[in-house]
Amino acid sequence: MIPSNVLSRQRTRRGERAAMAGLGLCALVSVLVTVGIVAVLAGETVRFFADYNLVEFLTGTDWAPVGGRTEGGELGILPLLNGTLLIALGSLVVGLPLGLAAAVYLSEYARPRVRSVLKPTLEILAGIPTVVVGFFALNYVTPHVLRPLFGEDDVFVFNAAAGAIGVGLLVVPIIASISEDALRAVPTSLREAAYGLGTSKRVVATRVVIPAALSGITASVILAVSRAVGETMVVTLAAGNSPNITVDVFESIQTITASIAQTVSGEVAAGTTRYRSLFALGSVLFLLTLGLNMLSARFVRRYRQVYQ
Amino acid sequence: MASITLKRGTTRRTRQLVLDAFFAWLLFAGTLVASLVLAVLLLEIFQTGWDRLAADPVDFLTRFVSRIPQRAGIKAALVGSIYLMGLVALISFPIGLGAALYLEELAPRGRLANFVEANIANLAGVPSVVYGILGLGVFVRFAQMGPSLLAGALTLSVMSLPVIIIAAREAIRAVPSSIRLGAYALGATKLQAMWTQVLPAALPGTLTGAILALSRAIGETAPLLVIGAAVSIFSVPQGVGDQFSALPLLIFNWTGRPQPAFAEAAAAASIVLLAVLLAMNAVAIFLRNRYATRW
Repeated sequence: MIPSNVLSRQRTRRGERAAMAGLGLCALVSVLVTVGIVAVLAGETVRFFADYNLVEFLTGTDWAPVGGRTEGGELGILPLLNGTLLIALGSLVVGLPLGLAAAVYLSEYARPRVRSVLKPTLEILAGIPTVVVGFFALNYVTPHVLRPLFGEDDVFVFNAAAGAIGVGLLVVPIIASISEDALRAVPTSLREAAYGLGTSKRVVATRVVIPAALSGITASVILAVSRAVGETMVVTLAAGNSPNITVDVFESIQTITASIAQTVSGEVAAGTTRYRSLFALGSVLFLLTLGLNMLSARFVRRYRQVYQ
Repeated sequence: MASITLKRGTTRRTRQLVLDAFFAWLLFAGTLVASLVLAVLLLEIFQTGWDRLAADPVDFLTRFVSRIPQRAGIKAALVGSIYLMGLVALISFPIGLGAALYLEELAPRGRLANFVEANIANLAGVPSVVYGILGLGVFVRFAQMGPSLLAGALTLSVMSLPVIIIAAREAIRAVPSSIRLGAYALGATKLQAMWTQVLPAALPGTLTGAILALSRAIGETAPLLVIGAAVSIFSVPQGVGDQFSALPLLIFNWTGRPQPAFAEAAAAASIVLLAVLLAMNAVAIFLRNRYATRW
């Protein structure tokens, strides 16, 4: 195939140079955005760690900022990491079975008519604003589902489980659509071979197709975790603002993102340690999600490579 | 097919059949659960908010916020969201489309192009709250725009940009190279072929993707929260330098209040937000079905 860029008229007309430069500038903006994010985060984070010990930040077990004062109080990230982890794992507990079931059903079992109804439903779920899901988690899931099931005394008003259920809902479309792509990418010949040996659809799905699509499914799970880690509104509304280290999902916790939201909601003066902790948390968040996304991309490449 | 009798009356074959049917139903049920929860969610929002909204919709839409929930309205937030929508569209569509055109048509293939593409893919996965922090640091503080409408619009535009670029690139890639080659054969420059052939063909797909990206941006709260958008403002922004509010932010604020009447108000505002999103998505789907070029 002849590269098409040598076939066009090579002498540009007047003004075309400028137009192409303009377009190039637009593309440059995307690079500038990354530069901006890194610059803003790194700049303030470095200043933060000039005031606050890095080791204490990473290993401290108390997140107790003190108003807007420069001292900032105790700023150990572990309780926030605990909260984020609870939410991420909890959302997988909710989202993985539902998302995977939907993916397998849509790719192996569903008739076109059923597909045309179920797929848009998942897309709608993906489009619901996170505040609305947070409202639902706080005002419906906790009082009408969790408390009746698990007891008024054990379930706090703000609890990690409600947050995890809300985020789980948001994560179902991610797992469903990427897993479905991976399942569909498995060549029909593999399925046909299994059917030829006399197995049922169930065996083909569980013993042939799912294992073959495993890297794609893994990619979807990693991406779901990344989404759960970065989710702010659902957890701020429903999971609470009490940083503590616990495994009790019915307790109130605080995630990294909720802490950021709380810091900006209060009166925090610029230049204080409290203000800068915002950027330190942002850096942690950015690095976490970047790492997860890149890991997920690696798995996507793997399953694309094998079959295409 | 041979069957092994395990106990009187049961064969292995029967057990397999039962398991097959059970599995199929399990999957179907699992798929339904998500749809069911969605239905419950929407029902709950409507049940909580409809009375508040339907009692006096004009009142709800034209009043400003108040400490008394029965007298609170969404005027500032609704107008703020609409202004934001317009500004974000104005800023992010051209830049996103321009970037995609450059990256697909004009940029030399190679390591740099691959790096830029990977960079955009990574940016698309960055949490919205981090974009808020970016907006706070660059637009609000460094550029000294303060928590203004412009700062909010720029922050949301930057957040939507990667998604728009990806959508535009897909649309441009879908244009067959025969179209370009035909133009070149007639003596066109790259830019001429791009402007007269590729761009019109890729526009519907790009617009669809862009409108979807925009509808996501309008529903986002975290970035606006971080840059300091207001909740209690009692005037509509007159210029881009003014303070502003937005629907999702208002819903967040009202949901956090203890009075049940505010929960109703929040639900009512949610209905309005969902209606706006529904309208935008309907437009996007209409565009896709009506104008998508079929090769």
